Amino acid sequence: MMKSTLRRVTPQIVILALVLAANFLVFPGFFHVEFQHGRLFGNLIDVLNRGAPTALLATGMTLVIATRGIDLSVGAVMAIAGAVAASAVTGGAHWTLAVLMALAAGAACGLWNGLLVAIFRIQPIVATLVLMVAGRGIAQLLTEGAILTFNDPGLIRLGAGTIAAVPTPIWLWIAVACVTGLVIRRSALGLLIEAVGINQTSSRLAGINARVLLIAVYLVSGLCAALAGVIVAADIKGADANNAGLWMELDAILAVVIGGNSLLGGRFSITASLLGALIIQGVNALILLSGMPVEFNLVIKALIIIAILVIQSPRVRHSLYLLRASTGPVLRERPSRAAPRTRPEKGQS
Amino acid sequence: MTILKSLLASAAILVPVVAMAEGETVGFSQIGSESGWRAAETTVTKQQAEERGITLKFADAQQKQENQIKAIRGFVAQGVDAILLAPVVATGWEDVLEEAKDADIPVILLDRNIDAPEDLYMTAVTSDQVHEGMVAGNWLKEAVAGEECPIVELQGTTGSSPAISRKKGFEEAIADAPNLKITRSQTGDFTRAQGKVVMESFLKSEGGANICALYAHNDDMAVGAIQAIKEAGLKPGEDIKIVSIDSVPDIHLAMKAGEANATVELTPNMAGPAFDVLEAYWKDGTMPPKWIQTESKLYTSDDDNAAIYESKKDLGY
Repeated sequence: MMKSTLRRVTPQIVILALVLAANFLVFPGFFHVEFQHGRLFGNLIDVLNRGAPTALLATGMTLVIATRGIDLSVGAVMAIAGAVAASAVTGGAHWTLAVLMALAAGAACGLWNGLLVAIFRIQPIVATLVLMVAGRGIAQLLTEGAILTFNDPGLIRLGAGTIAAVPTPIWLWIAVACVTGLVIRRSALGLLIEAVGINQTSSRLAGINARVLLIAVYLVSGLCAALAGVIVAADIKGADANNAGLWMELDAILAVVIGGNSLLGGRFSITASLLGALIIQGVNALILLSGMPVEFNLVIKALIIIAILVIQSPRVRHSLYLLRASTGPVLRERPSRAAPRTRPEKGQS
Repeated sequence: MTILKSLLASAAILVPVVAMAEGETVGFSQIGSESGWRAAETTVTKQQAEERGITLKFADAQQKQENQIKAIRGFVAQGVDAILLAPVVATGWEDVLEEAKDADIPVILLDRNIDAPEDLYMTAVTSDQVHEGMVAGNWLKEAVAGEECPIVELQGTTGSSPAISRKKGFEEAIADAPNLKITRSQTGDFTRAQGKVVMESFLKSEGGANICALYAHNDDMAVGAIQAIKEAGLKPGEDIKIVSIDSVPDIHLAMKAGEANATVELTPNMAGPAFDVLEAYWKDGTMPPKWIQTESKLYTSDDDNAAIYESKKDLGY
């Protein structure tokens, strides 16, 4: 199992390595990590830390996309969750209660999306668009349009603090990804989600409760978004309803796509999506470190992402495959691997 | 017939205006709630109107020009004595302003200008954003007093007019000081979160010891950057001097704590000068100049920042 996962995510690992190498070329001190003022300090840590919101969103988004859905509301849910946590904590609640309330708000948002998609059968892109537009308004209502600041050390630690010298957000996204991954892959859940994504009707006929599964994946996505929202708010000690999570849904979808997951549902890999999130953050770090004029920011990002997606396109992959097949050394070891190798490619295209 | 009607209507409006100095009605078409500053502007406008005994009719346009046009038509129909307009965009105002002009209702633009013939509005009350940048630059020039000082800059949203103007003004102010040099400049999108992220990157790529000052195009980014500097184990305000623009309450809190050094105010009181102009016009028909520049006041740690924070915190920032 480990080996097949590794083979599945090889392209993403190679791309991530290339992006990090580019960072190193731009700024030779990139891999330098030091222990400073009780916390690990370095650009690599920043990539892991700043990638936390995207990684969390990508975890939930992967499951949603695997069911052939999409969740556009995650950015707005982040804003709502941040606003809920901030207003609870400024209202005198203990920070753990504030976090629970934020998660509950996220779960409620996810449930709403799930109901619209699974019960009312509204297309996911339309169903989640509702909350994407309205959600930010709800968050602004909670904060009354201003940045709601707080000084609760417990809540702040979630975003800006450290556990064992490592920034807390890193622990959080890795923990969430591991728990989700284990629950889904150690049980049949993952298989069932894939089945629903490939063909909902036949999976239902086969006895899978597609409705409950659909609601569950949107619920998980809402919870992930809520946690990301709490982290983002805790990081700046304030809930910024206008800007928190703005356009993050697009980064999350991009992470899933860079992870080689198909938007048409079916087979998925959370690990690959997480690598996708790190790749995006690596590119962001590259832009900041390069010191180029700001007007180039989006152009550089666009070019790198186009390159990544073209490299992953079925046609280029096939050409690479043919190129490798036509050279000598690879051919010799081919017979034993040829059969299992072609199958995953088909499922992903 | 309609001309006669409107003439009668405007005469009917004008007569009570001449008759009494107070009790006028002013319509205010606000853009919407796009930022804390705008919320503060709305609050201050309402306060100013109340102090002067002016009845304010407030219309929130929710960031849509068509709502603003509807609001202005509504004000004209109600026969208000003057209209304040914070225009959401620069173009497309000719027709509706023509209508206001035909009804003899003076229109004053607040905090943004428009592309329209000057005779369609009475005056525009705005800040000079290039000047704001210059005030910030001049403060820093004096503060470092000739010492070598590499500066990092947090720009506003790429391509936005405050970002372009504030950058330009600051660069002009430090142009004659060879000891001041911008070594890194990136956009922080005017947000706290991005200000923090970009500052983290600056601290690593330049090294905290090689940064003498931070210039942020708004206070929110500076507040984010202050946290990044603290997390890197440096003292904001001492190790790295911080100057920013806007004067929002939280930066005064930071200045009180010695974590920021200076801020240039973008006053939310655009309505005050507008009402001054209107009162003078109502009194003896004085026409103001076409542009009234608001003061870009500099606040430093020498000011009573606790008091400023208290006075600003309830304005809705």
